[in-house]
Amino acid sequence: MISMEFLVASGIGFVVACGIYLLLRGRSFTVVLGLSLLGYAVNVFIFAMGRLWSGAPPILEGAGPFADPLPQALVLTAIVIGFATTGFVIELALRSHHENGTDQVDGIEPGEDGEDRDEAERGPGR
Amino acid sequence: MQTLLHEVMAHLPMLAVLLPSLTAVVLLLLGDHGGDSHGGHGHHRLLWSRRIALASVLLGLLMAALLVQQAATGELTVYRVGDWPAPYGIVLVVDRLSAMMLLLTSMVAVPVLWYATGGWDSHGRHFHALFQFQLMGLNGAFVTGDLFNLFVFFEVLLIASYVLMAHGHGRVRFRVGLHYVVLNLVASALFLIGVALLYAKTGTLNFADLAVRVPGVTGPDAALLQAGALLLLVVFGFKAALVPLSMWLPATYAAASAPVAALFAIMTKVGVYGIIRLHGVVFGADAGPSVFLVAPLLLPLALATCVVGVLGALAARTLERLVAWLTVASVGTVLVAVGLFTDAAWGAALYYMANSTLVVAGMFLLAELVAAQRGDAGARLEPASPVSQPVLLGLMMLLAGASAAGLPPLPGFIGKLMLLEASSAHTWQPAVWTVVLGVGFLSLIGLARAGSILFWHVRDEVPGTAAGASPKLIGATTALLAATVAMSVFAAPISAYTAAAARQLVDRESYARAVLGPQGIQTNTTRPYRFAPAVPAAPAAAPVAQEAGR
Repeated sequence: MISMEFLVASGIGFVVACGIYLLLRGRSFTVVLGLSLLGYAVNVFIFAMGRLWSGAPPILEGAGPFADPLPQALVLTAIVIGFATTGFVIELALRSHHENGTDQVDGIEPGEDGEDRDEAERGPGR
Repeated sequence: MQTLLHEVMAHLPMLAVLLPSLTAVVLLLLGDHGGDSHGGHGHHRLLWSRRIALASVLLGLLMAALLVQQAATGELTVYRVGDWPAPYGIVLVVDRLSAMMLLLTSMVAVPVLWYATGGWDSHGRHFHALFQFQLMGLNGAFVTGDLFNLFVFFEVLLIASYVLMAHGHGRVRFRVGLHYVVLNLVASALFLIGVALLYAKTGTLNFADLAVRVPGVTGPDAALLQAGALLLLVVFGFKAALVPLSMWLPATYAAASAPVAALFAIMTKVGVYGIIRLHGVVFGADAGPSVFLVAPLLLPLALATCVVGVLGALAARTLERLVAWLTVASVGTVLVAVGLFTDAAWGAALYYMANSTLVVAGMFLLAELVAAQRGDAGARLEPASPVSQPVLLGLMMLLAGASAAGLPPLPGFIGKLMLLEASSAHTWQPAVWTVVLGVGFLSLIGLARAGSILFWHVRDEVPGTAAGASPKLIGATTALLAATVAMSVFAAPISAYTAAAARQLVDRESYARAVLGPQGIQTNTTRPYRFAPAVPAAPAAAPVAQEAGR
């Protein structure tokens, strides 16, 4: 019988691996997807750090066992922050696409020469 | 009146966070100039935004000075938010280090904001509100006594910095900004994993409580705890630009607009602050199996940071990149001192950190002043038209460069001297001396090369910009440079303060007593999730709350 702990741990590991793979891609859309997956895995990880309980209330009233309420509160904060930052990074990726004409994270399509790069070195146009 | 003043004093730690946050809300309500910076309603709104923002940062400076005055007596101000007792509620703790960081933030913020009102604030939307949110995050990170709360304030300052980074627009800023945001989001994910591991093994996130409980974690639990702490070193090292995590910094800081880059000078110091608070104190001396956890890593990496920073500065092709690489080198120097793990070295680290922040912020502003007068060449380090104010800008460059490289009698020299003295008898002393002195020498070469190209190696036939910089921009930059000179004049009291701050940091017992109360110091390893009769139940069972701010 596979334990709950093993399932959750390997699930988190798999999602993190997928997230990191996507993060290392060259297009901003996959990078955003990778960030989201990483964020989900981290949220479950925080939640699991309060140990896995079933049927245990997080409120200290009556007889135990009790689930730890603090990771539940922490994960809510992390979800809200992750949601906001994901929204922002999507908007930024769209603007970057609009300004640079490509959704490559380096702003240069593969195959093009690095002429833009020299311009970039000089800093924003004054 | 007296009671009102007393109340304000009692709530100062919270007010340091609330003031910028409320100012930002007011500025948002006031609205944006909407691209209308000359006449009309938008212009009026911009003028009022500037007045409100300036008044707010000046008030913040005053509050930070009051907190430093209060902390200088050695008193730990503990503010229990919502009056919940310590390990259960969030506490704000102001010790000498926190107060000093608050003052440093304000001392950078006031001139930088003044500089930004010279025109940069009208080049994009909501500059002033974002600036205040950034200050809120910085102040919050420096006063909080709770690790998760530190994460939240990190996010506040980062989200503000993401938008400020792209302030002024331009394709380079968006591209570099995207890198900056993505890297920081990954760092935030690692931060959360580290925090969760620490919580899983200690059952607390309060710095004082962590310091009490970490020594009691042994065996395989200690390995996981240390893994969490080392993940947090990655996060703080990323923020502080510790090699090999510093490669993002030069491009980002060089692409940001001058006032934003100058404000970001303090952001690397948030990482240093995190390393001192967590790895220096909680995982420092007396940490049981985790004693001096990061000591074998931090010093070599910090020395490498110095070397990489100064080599980057030598290779830089623009003045902004040069300053950005010097930022990396200066952070490296600070972390070398932190990595020595002695009181004297930490005193030197704090002194040098204060100075290098002010110098770097001033140099970012100066770089733009110089670039604006060189016509098309901008900040590129190549012969171009002469600047229209060569004497004034040249002298400012000389002063800033001498302080950054560490020439006597400027504070950069004093800080490095304190650091070299503190490293005596350490096994790494030869390496520390070689690197710190070598970095000083090479920065001098890099700055001298830049200065001679910018001011002497000029081509008179190329048309430049005739107009000089406005007195406001010159004044703001001079104010930052004057602050570093003042740090040299008042070196004795300031270094006494930083030395006392370092001693206070390692005095874990008084910190725990002040935060947790007299009954809090018990190596009670009962964790909430382990059901046992001795579960510390509701906050009511904890020691009676002391009144906030006493």
